[in-house]
Amino acid sequence: MKMVKRSLAAGAALTMLASAPALAGWSDLNLRVGATPLSREIYGLHMMILWICVAIAVAVFAVMIYSIATFRKSKGAIPATFDHSTKAEIIWTVIPVGILVFMAIPAAKTLVRIDDTRGSDMTIKATGYQWKWQYDYVDQGISFFSTLSRASNEARQLHSGIDPKTVDNYLLDVDNPLVVPAGKKVRMLITSADVIHSWWLPDFAIKKDAIPGYINEMWFKVDKPGTYRGQCVELCGRDHGFMPIVVVVMEQAQYDAWVAQQKSARQAAAPAAERIAQLNETTLRVENAE
Amino acid sequence: MSSTQHTHDHAFHHVSAAQHDEHGPATGIMRWLTTTNHKDIGTMYLVFSLIMFLTGGSMALVIRAELFQPGMQLVDPGFFNTMTTVHALIMVFGAVMPATVGLANWMIPLQIGAPDMALPRMNNFSFWLLVAAFALLILSLFMPGGGPASGWTLYPPLVLQTGDALPLAIFAIHLAGASSIMGSINIIVTIMNLRAPGMSLLKMPLFVWTWLITAYLLIAVMPVFAGAVTMLLTDHFFHTTFFAAAGGGDPVLYQHIFWFFGHPEVYIMILPAFGIISEIIPTFARKPLFGYDSMVYATASIAFLSFIVWGHHMFTVGMPLAGEMFFMLSTMLIAVPTGVKVFNWTATLWKGSLSFEPPMLFALAFLFLFTIGGFSGLMMAIAPVDFQYQDTYFIVAHFHYVLVPGAVFAIMGGVYYWLPKWTGHMYDMKLAKVHFWLSTIFVNVLFFPQHFLGLAGMPRRIPDYSTQFTDWNMVSSIGGFGFGLSQLLFVYVIWKCVKGGAPATAKVWDGARTHGLEWTVPSPAPYHTFEEAPVVE
Repeated sequence: MKMVKRSLAAGAALTMLASAPALAGWSDLNLRVGATPLSREIYGLHMMILWICVAIAVAVFAVMIYSIATFRKSKGAIPATFDHSTKAEIIWTVIPVGILVFMAIPAAKTLVRIDDTRGSDMTIKATGYQWKWQYDYVDQGISFFSTLSRASNEARQLHSGIDPKTVDNYLLDVDNPLVVPAGKKVRMLITSADVIHSWWLPDFAIKKDAIPGYINEMWFKVDKPGTYRGQCVELCGRDHGFMPIVVVVMEQAQYDAWVAQQKSARQAAAPAAERIAQLNETTLRVENAE
Repeated sequence: MSSTQHTHDHAFHHVSAAQHDEHGPATGIMRWLTTTNHKDIGTMYLVFSLIMFLTGGSMALVIRAELFQPGMQLVDPGFFNTMTTVHALIMVFGAVMPATVGLANWMIPLQIGAPDMALPRMNNFSFWLLVAAFALLILSLFMPGGGPASGWTLYPPLVLQTGDALPLAIFAIHLAGASSIMGSINIIVTIMNLRAPGMSLLKMPLFVWTWLITAYLLIAVMPVFAGAVTMLLTDHFFHTTFFAAAGGGDPVLYQHIFWFFGHPEVYIMILPAFGIISEIIPTFARKPLFGYDSMVYATASIAFLSFIVWGHHMFTVGMPLAGEMFFMLSTMLIAVPTGVKVFNWTATLWKGSLSFEPPMLFALAFLFLFTIGGFSGLMMAIAPVDFQYQDTYFIVAHFHYVLVPGAVFAIMGGVYYWLPKWTGHMYDMKLAKVHFWLSTIFVNVLFFPQHFLGLAGMPRRIPDYSTQFTDWNMVSSIGGFGFGLSQLLFVYVIWKCVKGGAPATAKVWDGARTHGLEWTVPSPAPYHTFEEAPVVE
């Protein structure tokens, strides 16, 4: 237990270190802390379990390495003849059970919080298509598709000759990002119109499968405005790797302006939008027929 | 035993001995097509699995070559998906499983003192069915619409978009499944009925024990998988809607059925490996296996738990909270019997007299690297954190750690352990050690960075990635090619040993324990062994 405590302390210290910008390298190796209270909690849980595993590994590997280094035939070691020890076997059954209980309690608590979508401020429905996302603002009547940005799409073609390093946010950029207000509990409904997709935003620590015939739920609440990026994470066909997710979090005032602008743009372009919707349907039918 | 029975056995023995003098193995191709000898069939399984290992490995190299740098350089994304799908199907059903079946065919009769497998003709049939299965699967790559590309889990609705490859892949699975079920029945019947007098169940070598339990797992879950893929077939061709929401079906139902098969399946691949490790370590530690009984109970517990944890593959499908809790806790429990096994192996090393021949090197690498895979498994059991790991390279790293330096290293260790018994020659120890070190170094270069990629947010099964993942993908690809090319050395060592080498003694290894009876017959093991049952004290 002492070791566990010590590793917890080490874990906490590392948590602080990881958030320091000076150690940017570490963030390429580890889970990100993320931008929501839940993502930070999950990161803490991840670090705790990681350090417990490291501590156990150090102990077990130390015994293995010591045995390999010491009990060598080449050093004239005479083999012992014992073949069991009830005491040892009870100890190494009971202690792991204790460690597991120690891990399970905080894990269960976090799980309950993740599941709790009550009291949300707004609801957005995300629908997966091969290979794009559609976002419906259930309360505001705003609806649009979000597809891979043109620059990334050109660069990602076979033998395109374009160096991906010259493309901003290669494969993680979209034409129309999802826009949400900061500090609000956003409830997401996730479904699919064709095959199974999965909506993942690492910084929000949320991931849910988009399944035809199902409407899944999840929630997030981001404090800091900014742009957050993720991807579809369930194999959904040829262009599975090319349907990113971008969420722009704005201050409430900015967000309200965005909503108003979306609504007026919609009204102005209503006839055109209908034509586009029709076109979309035709393309979908053609794609499905293929 | 009644005395009549005994007389009968005795008379039979004389007749069969006379026949063998005349016949022996048939010559040429007919020997291999018609053989009912467990050693021939074991060899065929092992050669088959080696060919599949190299085939599936080549597909992995296509994947690693495309992922060497960002951007699409080599293949179409659709073909990339075919490669990930068929690589997995071949490695699971064509390489790892047949390799352990091959070892079972060779070693179980030798270890328990049986003259052959109990059902020799079925044994031949189950091998050749497997060849047919993989002929179909390979053929499916050339069908209009391309090969299967929906991942080895074959999730609907995506899998139903497969072209003409779909029925071929499904029939391949049916045949491979039938082959596995027959093989398992054969193994169970052999172990239950053909043990030498005096070899009680709790005197059996652990390799036999782990295979006995594995065989029951196979019989329990292969029909479930066959049922699931048959429903895919009728959904596709006969307009049923088992898994189509539009017709009242349920795509998630498929995942439940698949993983009810799929989770025991991963233990089907690893339990025989546990058995092999439990044979090798005592031999080269020159000390009896620590905690034999608890090893058997731990294996049985793992097998039982494997039936009630399948939901941890589906944490993100939107299960109710109670379901997530149950699957999280039951999955965490697996750490206990698995821990018991690792501790027992470590305690076997403790105060032993170790030497480091190639089988022992592979067993020790297994001990370290499988344990790393076990830890990442425990991390993923924690449902709230698994939401971050699921479907990223972290899981890719995890299951490759338990399958490659886990199951595959154990199989290679087993081959190096028993190869002198099969061929009668010692192999080139120096080359085998070079093979070991190259494999061990490259397997870590290949898979360890994938933990970083997954945690940093790279999804699995994508042909191209955002540029911040470049460095570790390059490292991983270098490891992949290094590991793949090192296996050519494995083939060469085996080939050289088959052709000749220093003669092996019956005992082969000075520390070989007499727990199993394989060390009591000459090397190479004669074509027919134990025609008269040995007696075990």
